[in-house]
Amino acid sequence: MDVEKIRKDFPILERVVNGKKMAYLDNGATSQKPREVIDAIVRYYSEYNANVHRGVHKLSEESTVAYEDARRKIAEFVNASEEEIIFVKNASEALNLVMYSYGMANVGAGDRVSISIMEHHSNFVPWQFLAKKKKAKLEFVDIDANGELAGLEKASGSKIVSMLHASNVLGTINDADRICKIAHEGGGVAVIDASQSVPHMPVDVKKMGCDFLAFTGHKMLAPTGIGVLYGKKELLEKMEPFLYGGDMIIEVKKEGSKWNELPHKFEAGTPNIEGAIGLGVAVDYLNRIGMDEVRKHEIELISYAIGKLKDEVAIYGPMDAKKRTGLVSFNVPGVHPHDVATILDEDGIEIRSGHHCAQPLHDRLGLESSARASFHLYNTKEEVDRLVEGIKKVKRVFA
Amino acid sequence: MSIEYERIIGIWKNAPNRKEMKGANLVAEGANPVCGDRIKIFLKIKGGKVVDASFTGEGCAISIASASLLADYAKGKTLEELRKLDKEKIMELLGLDLSKNPSRLKCALLPLMAIKNG
Repeated sequence: MDVEKIRKDFPILERVVNGKKMAYLDNGATSQKPREVIDAIVRYYSEYNANVHRGVHKLSEESTVAYEDARRKIAEFVNASEEEIIFVKNASEALNLVMYSYGMANVGAGDRVSISIMEHHSNFVPWQFLAKKKKAKLEFVDIDANGELAGLEKASGSKIVSMLHASNVLGTINDADRICKIAHEGGGVAVIDASQSVPHMPVDVKKMGCDFLAFTGHKMLAPTGIGVLYGKKELLEKMEPFLYGGDMIIEVKKEGSKWNELPHKFEAGTPNIEGAIGLGVAVDYLNRIGMDEVRKHEIELISYAIGKLKDEVAIYGPMDAKKRTGLVSFNVPGVHPHDVATILDEDGIEIRSGHHCAQPLHDRLGLESSARASFHLYNTKEEVDRLVEGIKKVKRVFA
Repeated sequence: MSIEYERIIGIWKNAPNRKEMKGANLVAEGANPVCGDRIKIFLKIKGGKVVDASFTGEGCAISIASASLLADYAKGKTLEELRKLDKEKIMELLGLDLSKNPSRLKCALLPLMAIKNG
């Protein structure tokens, strides 16, 4: 994998921030986009913009083919069939869809729903709402000192087990196969929030055995506003729609309506056409590099980063690079993460600070907030060196 | 690093008015749930005017410096005058232009919001 060549595909990486060459280390929040994704969106609006699944004219046929072609690419990318891939706006919407269309119909008073304490709010708040509404019990699998799931077995017997594949704070990669197995042995379904894994490593829904899998496009080189829900066909077929309106129907009469076939039953209204096309092109791009290569590069970067940072800052999550994705959350003792981020920004180093939409996890760790550097395929060891130098500067300034 | 930000860090390191106050007439509290910052402002008011002010709390350099500078500025003002202050005044006290940094502006405004709501 030639990182210098890859960097040339991303126009924004030329950007200068505060007079310094930008080091973009906030990929956990959103990734940058390669030129071919940007060009695909421009081409769509310049050459064949038309609504999908509606007209018979040339442009509508072209946009429909492009939209459905993107679905096929994404299905292949995670080893699903096309009818199991539903376009949504982001992972939050995907998880809300499961909560409303599956959860509301299948979870009752006294039933158990299990999540983990490391969930992002997107996989936390919907289940909290469901449990309250249905008088169900929301239970939390805890973490050990290493930032890995502890006591996952106790999730068995839950109607729904919904957990993230990779943590956006700890970096921990959970054993998703085992999460699914435990959910199924107890008679429940497994929902996997793959927002931080699909962009960074190979993911195969068949191998994993999940019932639902949610991820978002903008963290994997695609535009914002496009996300994906994978659902097992037999479950999606039994579920009621999430949103009602145009395109999700076969027939509408005064007396009642018939739902469209999968996946359209779950895609009411004009979808994010350019977003889906952009995501398809991003998947092409990632396939050309190879997800194994992306993963290898990130393991190399994160083990380099942890080696350099471990004596400078407090690091959260597993220290073994193979157990985590390419991100590291940390605190400089005695310095607020916002101040760390501001001083790094002065040198063009862009990191995240705050609770990263994972407040229960920060409470569990006894922290208000943390700083986070997160990598993608275009980041380099030189950028890690700049991060480390920046942190040393923070320590000097605040000493 | 900018001279202005260095000044802010200087205040963060050593703010003489960062202390509790006994006999305060008004204790105003503010919290920013996003970053966990918490500020408490103590005001002693006599004859309608603030005669002494101090603060306690945890937060980033900007929110702490803002509390310290605001507490100093408060002396001699009426509560009404203080509650009428706006973000421009806070930026002026800090010597920082945060108009293009909405997230850090929230940190800066936390102490003022505490007084407005207190």
